[in-house]
Amino acid sequence: MLEIKNLHARIAEDGTEIIRGLNLTVKAGEVAAIMGPNGSGKSTLSYILSGREDYEVTEGEILYNGESILELDPSERAAKGIFLAFQYPVEIPGVATMQFLKVAMNEQRKARGEDELTTPEFMRRVKEAAAELKIEQSMLRRPLNVGFSGGEKKRAEILQMSLLEPKLCILDETDSGLDIDALKIVADGVNALRSPDRAIVVITHYQRLLDYIVPDAVHVLYKGQVIKSGDKTLAHDLEANGYADIIGDAA
Amino acid sequence: MNMQTGMKLSVAEMALCEAYDHAVGELPGDAAVLTARDGLISEFKAGGLPTRRIEDWHYTDLKALLRTLPDRAPVASAARVEPLVEGSTVLSVENGLVAGDFSLPGVEVRALAETLADGSAAAGLSARNRDDLIGKINGAFVRGGFALDVPAGAALEKPIELQTVQNGGQTHARFPVAFGAGSTATVIERHLALGEGAAFVTTLSDVTLDDNADVTWIILQAQGVTDTHFGQVRIRLGAGSKLRLYVVNAGGKLVRQEVHVEVAGEEADFILRGINLLGGDTHNDLTFTAAHNVPHTTSSEIIRNVVFDRAHGVFQGQICVAQDAQKTDAKMSCNTLLLSDDADFSAKPELEIFADDVQCGHGATVIDIDHTQLFYLMARGIPENRARAMLVNAFVAEIVEELEDEPLVEALEAVIDRWLEKHA
Ligand SMILES: Nc1ncnc2c1ncn2[C@@H]1O[C@H](COP(=O)(O)OP(=O)(O)OP(=O)(O)O)[C@@H](O)[C@H]1O
Ligand SMILES: [Mg+2]
Repeated sequence: MLEIKNLHARIAEDGTEIIRGLNLTVKAGEVAAIMGPNGSGKSTLSYILSGREDYEVTEGEILYNGESILELDPSERAAKGIFLAFQYPVEIPGVATMQFLKVAMNEQRKARGEDELTTPEFMRRVKEAAAELKIEQSMLRRPLNVGFSGGEKKRAEILQMSLLEPKLCILDETDSGLDIDALKIVADGVNALRSPDRAIVVITHYQRLLDYIVPDAVHVLYKGQVIKSGDKTLAHDLEANGYADIIGDAA
Repeated sequence: MNMQTGMKLSVAEMALCEAYDHAVGELPGDAAVLTARDGLISEFKAGGLPTRRIEDWHYTDLKALLRTLPDRAPVASAARVEPLVEGSTVLSVENGLVAGDFSLPGVEVRALAETLADGSAAAGLSARNRDDLIGKINGAFVRGGFALDVPAGAALEKPIELQTVQNGGQTHARFPVAFGAGSTATVIERHLALGEGAAFVTTLSDVTLDDNADVTWIILQAQGVTDTHFGQVRIRLGAGSKLRLYVVNAGGKLVRQEVHVEVAGEEADFILRGINLLGGDTHNDLTFTAAHNVPHTTSSEIIRNVVFDRAHGVFQGQICVAQDAQKTDAKMSCNTLLLSDDADFSAKPELEIFADDVQCGHGATVIDIDHTQLFYLMARGIPENRARAMLVNAFVAEIVEELEDEPLVEALEAVIDRWLEKHA
């Protein structure tokens, strides 16, 4: 589903290279975990996948279902099914959460040539998904992410993901800031989306999340490259021993 | 009509003088009113239209901007439109005149013409100072309008809409409104154009709040693309009173709205929110002065400007804190979303503080669309144009939502949406 080949990317503004020859393949139906020390380029990779303009791809390819997405803007990628749950969800005062959800769902439907949702149908879907994630209706009446606690913001990201039903889900440290109960609720939400035609990329620092969302593959990112890949046991090794050995081996 | 100074009159100045000569015979008013009118027009003749050399008009050089005047007569008839908020009581000035019957249960209402005829309006026909062009022109020409007296303790459930609507021509309307002690009310001052004919409109509202009155006053200016609109509101706040004033500019070609507030009673609280939606080749000026004259008063002003195309915007804000006015809390900010390289906005916030124990501040910012917010919306599948429109809307909607009056918020948001749809 996702094939990244020898990707090089830099910060558009000052030319600093962050992604330095990265290779990664994620198949449909798979859950892939990406781990790696702070500053290794995990969030940058997720932004590049969703088309953020602050980064420039200088070399390599990103293929999504066999097609390059480099020329597509973020909204076109989203309409094709790419979703990023942000490490730091953005507050937008003045945009009501419900209005935002409705516009996002309907714009994606329009882009795919589907009919817009009726208001009752939209309300029904939001209510149902919010209940699953134990999100209070009062939160949905507030402006988008404004004044949400860290955990509430993460839950709101997963709510958006459930409603938009993307095909490639990228979760950037969705576990950070969640209490133990919320972690379980969010993990259940993510697991409910697991399906043979959907891939999920989980960026995390901790094994704990991977106890709930069990990955098929684990990749270690370091200085803009994948330096090691393995199965779920790799995450256990990292938890026990840290990154030093793997970084040493790669060097 | 030659001026003593021998200064050459511009076309527009000449047109105003001639308009007065033609109008004066038919304008309502007793001898005192006529004297006041004559006095104002000769003051106008002495100074002419203000230029950039006059400090109050530095950013709005009327001599340069106001080249011609439309004929006094309207192009076609104009009738009131449905109120902005359903259920409001509408008092309308149609093509400059009060038409038909009017009544407002629980409030004493008189047509302005009556108060001019019996001379009770004469005292109000004065300029605030030498450079008060709007006060002069409106006072000299005023004809339509209403004088309202809200009794002490009255709690008006339904909004009052003071509507001026015209189809070209010249309109000069005035609304003296007195709110009795402890009364509560919402007033919507709404200025509209019908048809394509160019209009020249001046309006002046004289608003006094007695002790502990609590009032929301909305000025919605939605004139046509060829219209000139000069509005002024003079406000006096008694002890413990609270006024929320919203100025929404969503129309006109050459517009100046002035807000002058005298915070005259302790514990009075004044709130100004300005939303200026500017596009095309328009010039829009919001000028505000506040005088905090007694201790323990508060004021807060937030101005949000959205500027497209080749529009020019101006905000002048001046807060004066008198020596005795200790514990004044006054904050003013002016934020501009500049959406075109050919547009500009001049902001001139000023504080003049003579007391030593106060909390006052001001700030002015010019911003562009926030790229992180734009990326977030687009990453959810919202195309760039729509995402931008949402963010522009959000920039002003935030201010509207503060009103906490759902029908009013919805009505204003609809006005803003419609304006943005046309311009974005
Ligand atoms: N727009 C930017 N401007 C400047 N530096 C940037 C920018 N984006 C990324 N970087 C830098 O690139 C490096 C990688 O950052 P990134 O956020 O991708 O790391 P990460 O692996 O997600 O780290 P963490 O685990 O702390 O979230 C960091 O050194 C970061 O400071
Ligand atoms: Mg990160």
